[in-house]
Amino acid sequence: MNVSMTVNGNPVSGDVEPRTLLVHFIRENLHLTGTHVGCETGYCGACTVHLDGKPVKSCTIFAVQADGATITTIEGLASNGELHPVQEGFWERHGLQCGYCTPGMIMSAAALLTENPNPTEDEIRHGIEGNLCRCTGYHNIVKAVEYAGARIRGEEPPAPDWEEAH
Amino acid sequence: MATTSVMGGSVRRREDPALIQGTGTYTDDLQPVGLLHVAFARSPVAHGKITSLDTSSAKTMPGVIAVFTYDDVAHLGPLVAQVPIGKLRPLLAAGEVNHVGEAVAMVVAENRYQAQDAADAIDVDYEILPAVIDLKQAASNEVKVHDELDSNILHTWTYHGYWDALGLEDQTPQVDAAMERDDAVVVTLEMTNQRLIPVAIEPRSVMSEYNKGYSTFTVHSSTQVPHALAGAIATNLGVAVSDVRVIALEVGGGFGCKLNVYNDEILVAWASRELGHSVKWTETRREAPGSTIHGRGWIGTATLVGTKEGEFLGYKLDAIADMGAYTQNFTVAIPLLGLWIASGQYKMPVGWKVDCVTTHTMTTDAYRGAGRPEAIYYLERIIDAFAHEIGMDPFEVRKKNFWQPEEFPATMGCGFALDSGSYEAAVDKLISVSDYAGMRQRQEEARAEGRLVGIGVGSYVEVCGFGPAVLAEIGFSWSSYGLPASFNGSGQVRVNPDGTATVIIGTGPTGQGHETTWAQIVGDGLGIPVENIKVYHGDTRDHPMGVGTFGSRSIAVDGAATHGATQKIKEKAAKIAAHLLEASAEDIVFADGGAHVAGSPDKSVEWAAIAKSAYQAHTLPEGLESGLEAETTFSPGNATWPFGTHLALVEVDAETGDVELLEYHAVDDCGHVVNPMIVGGQVHGGIAQGIGQAMFEDAIYDEAGNMLTGSLLDYPLPTAADLPMFGLHRTVTPTDVNPMGVKGIGEAGTIGSAHTIVNAVVDALTPLGVKHVDMPVRPKRVWQAMQEARA
Amino acid sequence: MYPRQFDYVAPSSLDEALAAVGEGSKVMAGGMSLIPLMKTRLFSPAVVVDIGRLPDLDSISDEGGHISVPALVRHATTASDSLIATYAAALAQAASLTGDVQVRNRGTTCGALAHSDVAADQPAAVIALGGTMIARSSSGTREIQASEFCVDALTSALEPDEILVEIRLPKSGAGEASAYDKLGRRGGHSDYAVAGAAAWVKKSNGTVEDARVGLTGVGTKPSLALGVSQALIGTDGSEEAIKAAAGHALEGVTVLEDLYGSEEYKTHLAKVYVARALRKALAAI
Repeated sequence: MNVSMTVNGNPVSGDVEPRTLLVHFIRENLHLTGTHVGCETGYCGACTVHLDGKPVKSCTIFAVQADGATITTIEGLASNGELHPVQEGFWERHGLQCGYCTPGMIMSAAALLTENPNPTEDEIRHGIEGNLCRCTGYHNIVKAVEYAGARIRGEEPPAPDWEEAH
Repeated sequence: MATTSVMGGSVRRREDPALIQGTGTYTDDLQPVGLLHVAFARSPVAHGKITSLDTSSAKTMPGVIAVFTYDDVAHLGPLVAQVPIGKLRPLLAAGEVNHVGEAVAMVVAENRYQAQDAADAIDVDYEILPAVIDLKQAASNEVKVHDELDSNILHTWTYHGYWDALGLEDQTPQVDAAMERDDAVVVTLEMTNQRLIPVAIEPRSVMSEYNKGYSTFTVHSSTQVPHALAGAIATNLGVAVSDVRVIALEVGGGFGCKLNVYNDEILVAWASRELGHSVKWTETRREAPGSTIHGRGWIGTATLVGTKEGEFLGYKLDAIADMGAYTQNFTVAIPLLGLWIASGQYKMPVGWKVDCVTTHTMTTDAYRGAGRPEAIYYLERIIDAFAHEIGMDPFEVRKKNFWQPEEFPATMGCGFALDSGSYEAAVDKLISVSDYAGMRQRQEEARAEGRLVGIGVGSYVEVCGFGPAVLAEIGFSWSSYGLPASFNGSGQVRVNPDGTATVIIGTGPTGQGHETTWAQIVGDGLGIPVENIKVYHGDTRDHPMGVGTFGSRSIAVDGAATHGATQKIKEKAAKIAAHLLEASAEDIVFADGGAHVAGSPDKSVEWAAIAKSAYQAHTLPEGLESGLEAETTFSPGNATWPFGTHLALVEVDAETGDVELLEYHAVDDCGHVVNPMIVGGQVHGGIAQGIGQAMFEDAIYDEAGNMLTGSLLDYPLPTAADLPMFGLHRTVTPTDVNPMGVKGIGEAGTIGSAHTIVNAVVDALTPLGVKHVDMPVRPKRVWQAMQEARA
Repeated sequence: MYPRQFDYVAPSSLDEALAAVGEGSKVMAGGMSLIPLMKTRLFSPAVVVDIGRLPDLDSISDEGGHISVPALVRHATTASDSLIATYAAALAQAASLTGDVQVRNRGTTCGALAHSDVAADQPAAVIALGGTMIARSSSGTREIQASEFCVDALTSALEPDEILVEIRLPKSGAGEASAYDKLGRRGGHSDYAVAGAAAWVKKSNGTVEDARVGLTGVGTKPSLALGVSQALIGTDGSEEAIKAAAGHALEGVTVLEDLYGSEEYKTHLAKVYVARALRKALAAI
């Protein structure tokens, strides 16, 4: 079947089987490999993309369901060469280690801040509940989202909380 | 903006720009033209004889290129293991299956979906044989797991007998004698340290290309140990290790499960040669419990004997550890890592025995902490039970028995010496930063209202920095794979003709930020700005003698080696600078991106000029070879022994047993710190995995050996909503084992946290008389414990 | 990870959809329950009828006598909709505790009912609220009471040729309120229910006049706890009355043990969460 959609602002199309998952269309047909696959039960969130502006798990959607949709992947988040504030926050606050969950985590966090630019710690934690990270214990991810929220609100981000060695 | 100062500074990670923009490359991202995909048909039964195996219909399915079974690969032999005690894993099931998920046949097809379709179409009949799952049943030898082995007990580790050459004294009689003392308080608990599934978020993936013209393999794999994999492929396929290039690109978490060599990796390499195509296999999450090692899986009885004044007189552990069906890399050696820290931070005799048994389950091996979380869990839980028994504050009882700072290096009964420690200082800092006194007061108030609030404390010492060459005598090397016969550190540093530096290291990072940390080490060593230093790793062609990343070894061993390389380069650079500045080499000082004459900062020369000269033979002082690079190895005389103390505050719902983790504080000491931001991140993640074990995770087989928790639906990992912020603090007690005074921090958080949580839950339930709750402390179990105590 | 092949039908009208469903086909709305099953190959329908493109089925509306939740209303909408919050609070609470953000953005409330998972949140709420399920087939329309809709694990009362097109919820008025609470598999409210309960209560002049309780997570299906409401009606809704009524939570329910709870524990939890839901609902009046 032929599917067409807009991905990161570009019109794309391709032939897929009905069973082809959206994440495989994105990774293998479009060669956008920043969107990852971490599980198959829709639990880990590594495959999170924005579909018509909302974060969804692209491993639990058939590509044919997304026919005609507008998709943003991690590769399309930065604009005009400027990192998205969430990307910047993850870098500044050590919100990632192995980086595998990171694209999905960033997509969820970016969507959260679009809806609520000033979330509480609890709202951040529930906002990224559908994204598993095995490296960070989420502490610095929460800090990264707080940093990004401050940037989006035009405020000075809170200082990092790590103990310097000197 | 994070600081950019070099050593000890929280330099932002250079790894991150690619990873936050989706341009980091993981193995499964690779899609060369003509790539073929692999799927495995896996056993649905735990133990059975294969009575028929029909691949004929699978072979005719769309897109299928080949289907392989044991007969096709029997000549390659079994998967090589570094510590080959037990039954080695055949590359594909050899007429019988011994755990659910064992690979029976391998399909190669044009795409992943077709490969899976064909794997499902392979028709296998099994004669089902009795499965041995329960550890006590396995240890009893009532039913043998493998007919050809003498016993299900593959090996028994004892505290004094693990290495005959050391001639250690059996301390068990001392512990037994202490129990007979009139003033002895003896506390015993039987506890489970449950089996865990590592769940790196990146499933494993391996891709191989074979060039028949060059007779070389290029293998990409999501591995922590590229060098071991190259050696294993060479060994199984009978080729030279120099013909196998293994590359680990970005690796999406490892935690020990990628510190292993797998049959699928060997098979994919073999198939790429067989078929003349690039071949890739990427694990699915559902098959992972049968394709990637598990961790932990111990049952045991811990006994502490002491006086009612709180003096420890001795400790015993009698445990059974589950090895699974087949022995892989280090399988049987894992409990040994726990043995070395059996006595924790305490000065006391130890009687320790762990039987390693085989069962019809997935292989166990190194999972974050590997043997050490198990050992510390039993010790620190029984210490906590002892403290409750004698009515003493848990910090107080620990402090009474710590090795004291002046006693280091402190030789333990296992023959090893703790390098350095200041255990009481860490406890005192934790008491202060967590407002322990205030917390205890709030706990009293909560108890008065009938609420179940608990404070758990737990200490740990761990052993890491695996590098001492002497350990090769008991298996800690890559000798089985035809590779370095001891775990030396190594590092290559080259100052390029333009004054920048290129660093190549033999580690296998999976998110630990080595590129950043090593740039800091080299930047500090040479005075070259970190921006001008490139760090490479994970390619066996660039750096043939690497060891990999595991056991929190990289900084203390490879970091120290790299530091040594910078010192070597400076010696030579000083001679060149002296020549250029017409001064004496002894008077050369390195600073601010170059070198100058001591006392005369204006008489200076930049690295670029030194480097340019270094590569121009005619401008060098007489007798110096051109070039400016060094490769150094480092073989430490001892492991390193980080330590710390953690504290958790929990509240238990008295009606449901639901545990809420309210606060978590930790003081960790890993010696000097290169990048505090990265060190903190390691501790955060380590703690989260310990909490995962304590509260959520449980790999469960039923009596027939079916895996009941094979998806993330039934194997719950902690999410952001389950965890609090962590209050991290450090003390700094350097080691003299390596010149940087660093110890390693990758596993400390995990080793320190699981018992801390359980201690907190038991503390919360103490008013009800609960003495212990096994992990994970899921509500059902906590409620059960409350019911039994109330009855 | 890789589903088996199937034929895909994406009708653009309800009539087309109704013509396409039948034996061997499976209706898919958001796909949050169906696709994971297909990926693990535990379930492989020959035909998937994707109703996701049907028009005009994605908004909640006030129909005067009831609130209408059509087939394509997603959990996120149900969780945040002001009509649901006002007139059917238990469902808003249950929807907000379903899955995670991404799942709530795709999964549908009608889909959650049609899937009839033994531990799903929203069926319990719809049962407590006294919802009516509107099933359409090419031969007509059928109304099914929510309490009769979940018939067994992963089995609803829908016939193979029927589509659940709408849920109708009576509006909680003055003196009426509803609530949902559960223990999740990861503790707290996270994940599927180990045990959960929704309660709807009507009180006047200090007396409970009517009540309905839906239970999930403990048995073979989300179900109506009739004994609880019978015991509660006519009482003053006091703590004693709640506790006594909650004691009837499991009448007629076969408790199923699973990885998260023994029979004994789930029996206990059912009573605890029935009481919690009742307390919360009574407090909201």
